[in-house]
Amino acid sequence: MKKLAALTLTATLMLGGAAMAQTVKVGIAAEPYPPFASPDASGNWVGWEVDLIGAVCAAAEMECEIVPVAWDGIIPSLTAGQIDAIMASMSITAERMQTIDFSDKYYNTPTVIVGAKGVEMTPDAAGLAGKILGVQVSTVHEAYAQKHFAGSVAEIKVYQTQDEANQDLVAGRIDATQADSIALDDFLKTEAGMACCESKGAVTDDPEVLGLGVGVGLRKGEDELKAKFNAGIAKVLEDGTYDKISAPYFASSIYGG
Amino acid sequence: MKALLQPHRIVMLAIAAAIVLWCVFTLRWDWLPKYLPLAVEGIWRTVWILAVTVVMGMALAIPLGLAQAVGPWYLAAPARVFCTVIRGTPLLLQLWLLYYGLGSLFPQIPWIRQSDLWPILRQAWPYAVLALTLSFAGYEGEVMRGAFKGVPKGQLEAAKAMGMPRWKILTRIWLPQAVHRALPTLGGETVLQLKATPLVATITVVDIYAVSSRVRQDTYIVYEPLLLLAVVYMVITGIIVLAFRALERRVPSRIA
Amino acid sequence: MELIGAAGAASTLDLLAYSPPGWGANLLRGLWNSILIAGGAFGLGLLIGIFGAYGKLYGGPVLRDLLAVYTTVVRAVPELVLILILYYAVTDAVNQALIAFGHERIQISGLAAGIVVLGFVQGAYATEVLRGAILAVPPGQIEAARAMGMPATLLARRITLPLMLSYAIPGLANLWLVATKDTALLAVVGFGELTQETRQAAGATKAYFTFFMAAGALYLTLSLVSTYLFARLERHARRGQPSVGGAR
Repeated sequence: MKKLAALTLTATLMLGGAAMAQTVKVGIAAEPYPPFASPDASGNWVGWEVDLIGAVCAAAEMECEIVPVAWDGIIPSLTAGQIDAIMASMSITAERMQTIDFSDKYYNTPTVIVGAKGVEMTPDAAGLAGKILGVQVSTVHEAYAQKHFAGSVAEIKVYQTQDEANQDLVAGRIDATQADSIALDDFLKTEAGMACCESKGAVTDDPEVLGLGVGVGLRKGEDELKAKFNAGIAKVLEDGTYDKISAPYFASSIYGG
Repeated sequence: MKALLQPHRIVMLAIAAAIVLWCVFTLRWDWLPKYLPLAVEGIWRTVWILAVTVVMGMALAIPLGLAQAVGPWYLAAPARVFCTVIRGTPLLLQLWLLYYGLGSLFPQIPWIRQSDLWPILRQAWPYAVLALTLSFAGYEGEVMRGAFKGVPKGQLEAAKAMGMPRWKILTRIWLPQAVHRALPTLGGETVLQLKATPLVATITVVDIYAVSSRVRQDTYIVYEPLLLLAVVYMVITGIIVLAFRALERRVPSRIA
Repeated sequence: MELIGAAGAASTLDLLAYSPPGWGANLLRGLWNSILIAGGAFGLGLLIGIFGAYGKLYGGPVLRDLLAVYTTVVRAVPELVLILILYYAVTDAVNQALIAFGHERIQISGLAAGIVVLGFVQGAYATEVLRGAILAVPPGQIEAARAMGMPATLLARRITLPLMLSYAIPGLANLWLVATKDTALLAVVGFGELTQETRQAAGATKAYFTFFMAAGALYLTLSLVSTYLFARLERHARRGQPSVGGAR
């Protein structure tokens, strides 16, 4: 028994040691999610979150590599070891904490409902009665919609990516979508978004489902890596890198309270 | 029964039973009661889509096969192009082209959104059914072409000599024999079609695959829903195979 | 909405240009990844298929039953489900095993995982194709070789494999086409093959129709070229054999 414990310990130590030398694979969602991360025509990923990954890794003196993974499989990919960390605008929730671990938050923004122009609706259960609401699969928004709106809306349609939900909103297949305010603001600035839709306001906060901001998702027990990410995030916040990265994207800071 | 009683098979069955028991008792199944109604609905939707697309696809495949086998070039060529394109591109791509491609065109055509068809067109299942039907027609059109060509010439000549009109020759002699020839392949193709149905989950149709994904995403339990899903598909496959075997037995064989 | 009409169609065609701001290079890279995975999976499937076919024909009762379970299960469960199970389970199992033996976690690339997963699926079909082809080799040929005292591996290499090739090629050609199209399923796990690249390009530019059509054309070209090459290969494999026009 003692021998086994010793073996496990060596394994853990080696793992820790390996993480230092090896590149850290940071998983992002393989879908356009502007302004946080989206692919450009030359095959690179660009956006605020991509810039932040670079800055945090540099601050924590880690070699990082960005790995695009399907959003609906991003947690299994982390636990199965295909990636070492998730930085894909993933909210820190109690539900997810049962499976994975999180670093400190690196942004926190409200959740809004965007719907078709000229259709009366308010961002609450009564105001959405009889409407078709689209959300992205396994997001806090899906959880929120299932909890608060399932009884009143006609249907909650679940999409693999937020981009597809937006696309169906433009096509008129759904009446409204619920998502992060920044991501939907970006959509409303596009030509199609401007033509079809408008913000219907922010939903009432429910920290139990909507979480406590966005953090880096990590495997349980990898405290060393977690400490590094926390230090990196603290450093970019402190030395102004965070604000420098944010300036081209946002009018005001999205770090939130 | 006797085949199962060989010593090595008894051992293998015992191992299999042990694995099943291990799965039942050590894996997590506590989510099952909560999602059971959804799962039943999902299975029903999968079976429904399969049945509708196989029947409609077959109805399209017969003229496609006939056009390729004996049609004039202006019918044969388009039929051939259709089958080549369907068979040469992934179904997933065809599905997305129909759903998101057409979907992106609709906002530009206002009268579609004002028409009575819009409540149906805004749902996802018509696109799923259309894509799967076209796909089945493409593959079966090729099979039917061979089946029509494979019917012995003597049969058709005899019918002609009896003074049968062309339509009657087709419905009484040619088509039944061609379908009978295609029957063994048809069973296999129906299984392939079943295996294509989970793709519809990517365009928001809630079939059994989508239900299993939902369990995975709600609970972060990865393997258990997938294992159950595999079992469900194997059971449906088994039923299809048995049904086609019964069907083949009912049709008198040895035509030639 | 200036996007309506012919002007719109022309402007979205520019998006297919090879260099940025066109997305042509991305699509071609996706196509290359698809071909790599399809090729790897096909090769691996062929390897599994050869052993599987020999096992099914000449193996002991246990091996034969195990292979029957393998081919039945794989052919009854949708590829999409198998890909998800294997994609997560294989990488997980490899890493658990490595950690248990005191090694460090390794990173399995999407490419390798895709090849292994699709190869495993292809192997089941290849087993059946090759088994049928081996059975089609005239038994007299094999018996004659045995009578000459040829060892089993030499017999396989010199007699059975070359002779069965002409029977196996149509089935294998079909499998290759299935492999190229099945790579599209890896889009579901987010791997950057042609369908995934197309989806991203379409999503980023909103020119869904243009990109899906372009990807369709690429897949179709790949399949037509492959069909042509396999037809030539079959003619080559059949050289010296009597013509079997019409039969398959």
